[in-house]
Amino acid sequence: MKLKTKPFGEIEVSEKQRIIFKEGLFGFDDIHSFFLLDSNQEEVPFYWLQCEKISEIAFLIINPNVLLDYELAISDEDLKDLEIENEDDMLVFTIVTMYDNPKQITANLLGPIVINRKKRIGKQIISQKDDYSVKHPLFQQEEVS
Amino acid sequence: MLILARKENQSIMINEDIEIVIVGIKGDHVKIGIKAPNEVKIYRKEIYEEIQKENIAASQIDPNKLSDLGKLIKKNKK
Repeated sequence: MKLKTKPFGEIEVSEKQRIIFKEGLFGFDDIHSFFLLDSNQEEVPFYWLQCEKISEIAFLIINPNVLLDYELAISDEDLKDLEIENEDDMLVFTIVTMYDNPKQITANLLGPIVINRKKRIGKQIISQKDDYSVKHPLFQQEEVS
Repeated sequence: MLILARKENQSIMINEDIEIVIVGIKGDHVKIGIKAPNEVKIYRKEIYEEIQKENIAASQIDPNKLSDLGKLIKKNKK
């Protein structure tokens, strides 16, 4: 099927890429259907979570363990909502926020996105470990060059 | 909004299975204990709002900036 996307314009996608978020995302409660798209970035495995109905809404996401040691603290209730029976079916992402200066990029570690890849359902959970930040800098403050 | 005055160790019941206990009061801090079934989700309101706000900020992303980012991360990767 064809899908209008924010990063790539209209592209061909597979139904298999559709992830249903029954509860939407925080602040986007009415949006339930997203497509998981590869960002085609060679260096880092970024993905896009593209809203099906509104092409302007897309989130850049990444597996936080690519960049740091991230401990997923998920409640039993969330696991139940996600119908996760086997941990291998679970994909964990964190939403990335970009700023004018790309070095200021942050990741939302407090509200990770968890996806059951077998059932293709997703949920933005609130980490049970609540000392994680919604604006975790991905780069250490570097020395001034 | 229903407003109730409570003293330390007093509590409030919501339905039959949720109890909110005032565990302690110290200056401007109130310690609250909540007894509720597992499926009742309890969060501090500011966490909810923070994530909501961050999602909205993240959704403003300009996809064209992604290539700069890839280069930067490559440089910073261990």
